[in-house]
Amino acid sequence: MKRFTWFNAVSLTLGFAFLYIPMLILIIFSFNESKLVTVWAGFSTKWYGELLQNEAFLDAAWVTIKVAVLSSTAATVLGTMAAYVIVRGGRFYGRTLFSGMIYAPLVMPEVITGLSLLLLFIAIGLDRGVFTIVLAHTTFSMCYVSVVVSSRLVSFDRSVEEAALDLGCTPFEAFRLVTLPIIFPAVLSGWLLAFTLSLDDLVIASFTAGPSSTTLPIKIFSSVRLGVSPEINALSTIMIAIVAVGVISASLVSKRAIARQAKETQEAVRA
Amino acid sequence: MRAGKSFLILVPYLWLLALFLVPFGIVFKISLSDTALAIPPYMPTLDLSAGWAGVREFLSELDFENYVFLTEDDLYFKAYMSSLGIAIVSTLLTLMVGYPIAYGMANASERFRPMLMMLVILPFWTSFLIRVYAWMGILSNEGFLNQFLLWTGIISDPLVIMNTNTAVYIGIVYTYLPFMVLPIYATLEKLDGSLLEAAEDLGCGRIEAFWRVTVPLSRPGALAGSFLVFIPALGEFVIPSLLGGSSTLMIGKVLWEEFFSNRDWPVASAVAVVLLMILIVPIILFQRNQQAAQEADK
Repeated sequence: MKRFTWFNAVSLTLGFAFLYIPMLILIIFSFNESKLVTVWAGFSTKWYGELLQNEAFLDAAWVTIKVAVLSSTAATVLGTMAAYVIVRGGRFYGRTLFSGMIYAPLVMPEVITGLSLLLLFIAIGLDRGVFTIVLAHTTFSMCYVSVVVSSRLVSFDRSVEEAALDLGCTPFEAFRLVTLPIIFPAVLSGWLLAFTLSLDDLVIASFTAGPSSTTLPIKIFSSVRLGVSPEINALSTIMIAIVAVGVISASLVSKRAIARQAKETQEAVRA
Repeated sequence: MRAGKSFLILVPYLWLLALFLVPFGIVFKISLSDTALAIPPYMPTLDLSAGWAGVREFLSELDFENYVFLTEDDLYFKAYMSSLGIAIVSTLLTLMVGYPIAYGMANASERFRPMLMMLVILPFWTSFLIRVYAWMGILSNEGFLNQFLLWTGIISDPLVIMNTNTAVYIGIVYTYLPFMVLPIYATLEKLDGSLLEAAEDLGCGRIEAFWRVTVPLSRPGALAGSFLVFIPALGEFVIPSLLGGSSTLMIGKVLWEEFFSNRDWPVASAVAVVLLMILIVPIILFQRNQQAAQEADK
């Protein structure tokens, strides 16, 4: 169906304008000389300079990165295991409950997840801090990872794995040498997704953070509540730039990986 | 081999039991407790050292008082109703904004489609908080929208949008738009163009063919997108607290304030349990829709 009409051109233009203009305005005004965020007073990078001297923000950024790296790595391991169990596990006792618990966090309101985890940490007497945020983030992002990884596991040819087993691999070797390389792009995008979810999360982190473990979203939220500030614009611009570079390069890498895999499979079939 | 498999199952299983299911049990239990001036601020607490008698006494002190309280104070009823209203209106608005974008993408030349997909997904990867924040500078009384409209002469007095429900609608449509566009695009892309040609050969006009062929066939995608917007919008906290005003009642915000400002944990827990019960209906409908769509694919 190829009907490129004026209507389509207009709706795409308006749609993407709606998606991108707010962020463009934000970025432009991070270079504003004036403290007033809505009046242009000339180009300046002074807010970036002030941001780099604001220790509260730098500390929060450091906490956020630590939490994101730890939780996304743990979530990738657990989520890949869960995906493997769901797709290849066959029947086992409590399977329905297991798949329910994998999908439920995806639709759970953040306020409920945050509240319930906080009440758990208090009930077992765990001091709140970086560790509790990592536990919380791992729990909800492992579910996203498992969805991403299981969609890849479903679509790949199981006989390759069986061949490896027949040729004398142990199940673990078969996983490491055959399955993992094939699903690796999905595992990587699962990790990236978990990483961004963790960087982004305000609500669950607010419930599970202690007084000494403020993350960047918590810090941004508390200063933004008082109104718009050019420093936050500068910070947002940096974050948008990092994400844009990350997503675009990740998609280029995975495109190349998929193309290479397709080529290798073709060659293998021909041979 | 068997040991390996059990290990593979047990680790994520136990993790989710301990950090997902057990916490809900605790929320439910606390929702049946009473508020107390203590640490933690609720009564009773389970005293296992007293053995069975302690457990029985603990159970006898639990009741549904907090749920009765939710029905007596009409703040909660109003908050649930207004959350439902806001979630429904903004879901419909997102559908109206998202459908034409998805339609345009599906009809674009194949060369451009991956790039358009990327452009829709990219905002989803950028911080949610930043995307909401971006609107604060646009919608305020001296913000860009008002500056622009005053400059063009369309209005003579600034519009009050910030801190109203309108701002909340805009925020929800903006942040959840990718969730609506992608499922609709997925169904439209698969749509068989010859069906439209057939409809036109049989005397349908272009617009009629769109309503009678394209729209019904893209319904699963539109439904999936609507649920993906509606479900998180219902419990939304960030958008109403940054863009909404003091009169914007949403249940996520009420729960937050009950917990952090009033420090009333039992009532906050009861609010959470009721919110979850309200969400079960759309979640089940969503899963049915997904299953039906999957079977149709086979």
